[in-house]
Amino acid sequence: MILKKKELNRELKNFTINFGPQHPAAHGVLRLILELDGEVVKRADPHIGLLHRGTEKLIEYKTYLQALPYFDRLDYVSMMAQEHTYSLAVEKLGGIKIPERAKVIRVIFLEITRILNHLLAVGCHAMDVGAMTPFLWAFEEREKLMEFYERVSGARMHAAYIRPGGVSADIPLGLLDDLYLFASQFNTRLDEIEEMLTGNRIWKERLVDIGVVTAKNAIEWGFSGVMLRGSGIAWDLRKTQPYEVYNTISFDIPVGSNGDCYDRYLIRVEEMRQSLKIIVETINMLQPGPVKTDDYKISPPSRLEMKNSMEAVIHHFKYYTEGFVVPHGETYSATEAPKGEFGVYLVSNNTEKPYRCKIKAPGFGHLQALDDMSKNHMIADVVTIIGTQDIVFGEIDR
Amino acid sequence: MNIKNLKSMENTLPLISYSIVNDEKSINASHKNLLFILTYLKKHINCQYHLLTCVSGIDILNSQYRFGVIYDLLSVVFNSRIRVKIFVNEVTLVYSVVPLFKNSNWWEREVWDLYGVYFQNHPDLRRILTDYGFEGYPMRKDFPLSGYVEVRYDSSKKKVVVEPIELAQEFRSFTYETPWLSEN
Repeated sequence: MILKKKELNRELKNFTINFGPQHPAAHGVLRLILELDGEVVKRADPHIGLLHRGTEKLIEYKTYLQALPYFDRLDYVSMMAQEHTYSLAVEKLGGIKIPERAKVIRVIFLEITRILNHLLAVGCHAMDVGAMTPFLWAFEEREKLMEFYERVSGARMHAAYIRPGGVSADIPLGLLDDLYLFASQFNTRLDEIEEMLTGNRIWKERLVDIGVVTAKNAIEWGFSGVMLRGSGIAWDLRKTQPYEVYNTISFDIPVGSNGDCYDRYLIRVEEMRQSLKIIVETINMLQPGPVKTDDYKISPPSRLEMKNSMEAVIHHFKYYTEGFVVPHGETYSATEAPKGEFGVYLVSNNTEKPYRCKIKAPGFGHLQALDDMSKNHMIADVVTIIGTQDIVFGEIDR
Repeated sequence: MNIKNLKSMENTLPLISYSIVNDEKSINASHKNLLFILTYLKKHINCQYHLLTCVSGIDILNSQYRFGVIYDLLSVVFNSRIRVKIFVNEVTLVYSVVPLFKNSNWWEREVWDLYGVYFQNHPDLRRILTDYGFEGYPMRKDFPLSGYVEVRYDSSKKKVVVEPIELAQEFRSFTYETPWLSEN
């Protein structure tokens, strides 16, 4: 039998590849099914849940205090931002007022956390795209910041420092001096990183006009944080729905214009500079005073008091075994975490355990737009887009 | 949107109830009217809740309508949040809001995965957070914390096997309620 040429079946099928879950550029355990036409991505189907630990379920079985450390382990590069959101939610439900000094300390550490996160975001993004050096510099700075974490809480990363009712302990002597030293040199480090990237031809070729999100699309996808600001919407919860002492601090929120990866990179760098400004300003705001509420039902008594008062010992024991009761209620508390809007939907039922604790992770919302953002881009750009979305799987999979 | 608007909305929208606690606006509605209410909130010039923050599920055991599906909306224009809650039972079909809010896709998949609330007309209702081939709905209150199965690598079979879970000690749930304060 002779087949005529025009009878030959010349249908072409798209090529499907598996990207991850062990790919170094997949930022953890992202499994991506990519449908390719040559090197052009036609469809991206992210499979998530490979790091699912059932955090929300576990929290339902823990007291309010025991549930707190789980929040460190969600987005494991912006630990305190999440503890803080949870603490805010508990404080809202319980009607807890916290002292001024605690608020200022919280803001200092929230901004340290923001720098911590953005350093990793920019550093890893650069490494994914092919620039190794800024990554190393960024991690050197991160190490210094984690030292501040360690000095204040004893842990480099999973601090459990910001707790309902204030912070767990006062900052140690000399920490503010060192923080000031850090703040005075860090701008130069940022300049160095920018020198390597901002004007770099390769960096710009890889980022400019990649993963463009229009303002309308950003809203439709429910974006928040840098992803929203990159598209030109000046929306920052620290400004629009201020918490702690943010309404008394002067700082700017950088906003992009093109909504591409390059804009978002510039915003991250500028946000680090703004965070430094906030840190310096809040250091000067810090007044002596208590760092947690004096209601011993909600915060433990000091060591010294326990040596002298039986009442304090009882409170301490009850606090760490039984926990504290939060009255009936529900709240959705959201803060501006470094990655975007981190929200906690907390339902309490007048016991010492949360009835429901829904965690709204910013990355979850961003990752589902990956298909849209990477459509008709080259396969190498997918890596850039994952990088710019600042994906961390701890929070997405929960 | 302010309180006055919320009150006037009661006349326009088929609400069951509404409340404002701690400056948080919340609406209770029937699942039949969900799409209508969300469309109104999104499109009406006085609301403009264009941004869906998240969809959460909740399981209230022993109630007639066991599952709650909660939609948190945000209006960037008016700097306002609102919460729309619907309550359904195991067999009710809930209309998917994907045609209205694109990003509800994954959030609804999550509620389906963890609670087993079925969303009608959802373009791609697969499990999302749990393992491939997982059975059951883990966030339901009657699902045990330790689960039913465990996964391990069997070196003799040279593959990953799923087995019924074996605990050396039963999971202990401590109730911290002070005996003389508890109701019974």
